[in-house]
Amino acid sequence: MLHAVDESVTPIHIHDMTVAYHKKPVLWDVDLAVPEGKLVGVVGPNGAGKSTMIKAIMDLVPKASGWVHIYGKPYSRMRQVIGYVPQRESVDWDFPINALDVVLMGRYGHIGWVRRPDKIDRELAEEALEKVGMTDFGHRQINQLSGGQQQRVFLARALAQDAQIYLMDEPFAGVDAATERAIIDILMDLRARKKTMLVVHHDLHTVNQYFDWLVLINMRIVAAGETKDVFTDDNLNKTYGGRLTVLSEAAQAVAHHQRGL
Amino acid sequence: MDEFWGPFWIVLTGALAGASCGLLGAYLVLRKMSLLGDALSHAVLPGIVIAFLLSGSRDVIPMFIGAAICGVIATVLIETFHRRWRVQEDTSIGIAFTALFALGVVLITAFAGQVDLDQECVLYGEIAYTPWDRLFWGEWDLGPRPVWILGTVFVLNLAFVLVFYKELLIASFDAEMALSVGVSAALVHYVLMGAVSVTTVAAFESVGAILVVAMLIVPGASAYLWSDRLKVILTLSALMGVISAIAGYFLAGVWNSSIAGAMVVVMGALFALSLIFAPHYGLLGRFVRQVRLSLRVARDHVLLKLLRDRESRSVSTLSWSDLVDTAARRVSGIAIRSLMWQGLITREKGYFSLGEQGVTYATRLLRNHRLWESYLNQLGLPPDHVHDPADALEHFTDDHLREEIRAALPNIATDPQGKRIPDG
Repeated sequence: MLHAVDESVTPIHIHDMTVAYHKKPVLWDVDLAVPEGKLVGVVGPNGAGKSTMIKAIMDLVPKASGWVHIYGKPYSRMRQVIGYVPQRESVDWDFPINALDVVLMGRYGHIGWVRRPDKIDRELAEEALEKVGMTDFGHRQINQLSGGQQQRVFLARALAQDAQIYLMDEPFAGVDAATERAIIDILMDLRARKKTMLVVHHDLHTVNQYFDWLVLINMRIVAAGETKDVFTDDNLNKTYGGRLTVLSEAAQAVAHHQRGL
Repeated sequence: MDEFWGPFWIVLTGALAGASCGLLGAYLVLRKMSLLGDALSHAVLPGIVIAFLLSGSRDVIPMFIGAAICGVIATVLIETFHRRWRVQEDTSIGIAFTALFALGVVLITAFAGQVDLDQECVLYGEIAYTPWDRLFWGEWDLGPRPVWILGTVFVLNLAFVLVFYKELLIASFDAEMALSVGVSAALVHYVLMGAVSVTTVAAFESVGAILVVAMLIVPGASAYLWSDRLKVILTLSALMGVISAIAGYFLAGVWNSSIAGAMVVVMGALFALSLIFAPHYGLLGRFVRQVRLSLRVARDHVLLKLLRDRESRSVSTLSWSDLVDTAARRVSGIAIRSLMWQGLITREKGYFSLGEQGVTYATRLLRNHRLWESYLNQLGLPPDHVHDPADALEHFTDDHLREEIRAALPNIATDPQGKRIPDG
């Protein structure tokens, strides 16, 4: 896969990135150039490093080595072009705020420190809520929303970020069928507007239907490319293969030595 | 000191301490870090002592700087123990604050001659002396020093919470999102902990190191029970600090006891009241909702029993004792009476039957019940397994859900037992 990457038109370019938690590697030597305007699925077993990859792109977890460029520049200078949908369980839904407050957080990056959201920010937030079909729920406390509704609120927050690239961590996890439909419609619409999306996904049945580009990972990139080329039995076996991969054995060995045994 | 100004300054000091602590404490409770408030109030001790030794005075500025630095060091230690060295978080807090507090105690005793620090005062505070502890500007008497100190701290805390409302909110709710929009959650955390440290020290002299912990945590915990709105919680938390100061002062007069102690006792009482009477999360509210729910279920069961009876025979044969058996006796008795009172059911010669509205209502319930049975049966539950879950679900099925189930059962007119699913 050695070919030159034109960075100025490449939304996400990852080069030789390794990520480790407490010295235990969870993602090895990732090389990836995500093309613009694609709806990209990130698929792999539990603990394969899917979330970690997304977090490492946004500097949320430190990289042991390698780099990530967003349209040719480091992330720290490109924050505003990335919208983020974290896993729903990553926050406390008993927090005393309403749905609109959450969506407004999507505007914070544009508002900057100290200044308050203004009328335009509020309108954009309400627009985002409308897009996910949650207009009537803006003033609902977030602990009174169903799981699917909470996920929609998270998506609305990302929409309010008005980004070029969206990184989404399992947006379909634990949602009802109607919500899944609504979310995928929005993703298709974003793709039509040339946005690039990286979506961590679990349901292999829908991969063909949802994603035009696919990244299969299991602690390393197993395969990446057009879904029709990548989504093969052979690749899936390599990704989900029953036995411990050599890499995870190696990681365990490293951790073992860390503990001084 | 005259009869008005003496008490006034004391109450004002307590109110400012309560409000300052309440504002920050609400965030500690929200961020599930109540224990950190406790830890910081002890961990700042070496900071204060070192500030004394270096500045050679009881000036507040060096004291605040020492406390803030020490508070942030404690926070960094806790984070490092926990994240880097993987010690459990509560253990990390326990180790860091006791170690720093011990260091403070050692410093005080080792330099006893040079440190004019009254340990009693550090632990219990001397709010009663407030009116006599004056601040001078040259010859000018500006008023009690603690009022100035706590007033300044209150204004700073209020400004912090107002100016950085947005940043505090996002960093507390979703640290990763905060980072991704350029708000460093770690920075917010350290600034908040620095502010807690300074506030604790400011409140030390008046209320002492032990009671300040209560002031940090109790109003926030109480306010959290009353509302789901962050702004309301913050306001209430500060307000409860103020109310406790006022009520505590008068209570101390009645009991002839420690003023700061009485203030915190009032806080505890406010918490107890909140726990009982807060509308949504209070015990009373919860109890009322439970009773209402079981009453509603009992009413539904009475109506259904009457409707089923009506399906099988033309004349009602159900007496009080038949109906009262549908649920726990005490509840179903009330349920029957309330249904009669509303005219949903009527009694004639000792036998009950449905009123016109009662029929409509009961038919809808029966429709719910049988729809659920069919639906669960279609999902694969055998017919003799579907009654009980349907019984539980029938009460909570609104129009929207009912239509969804109906749509999932396009060609089904009867339940698994072959009974007709009524329209309605």
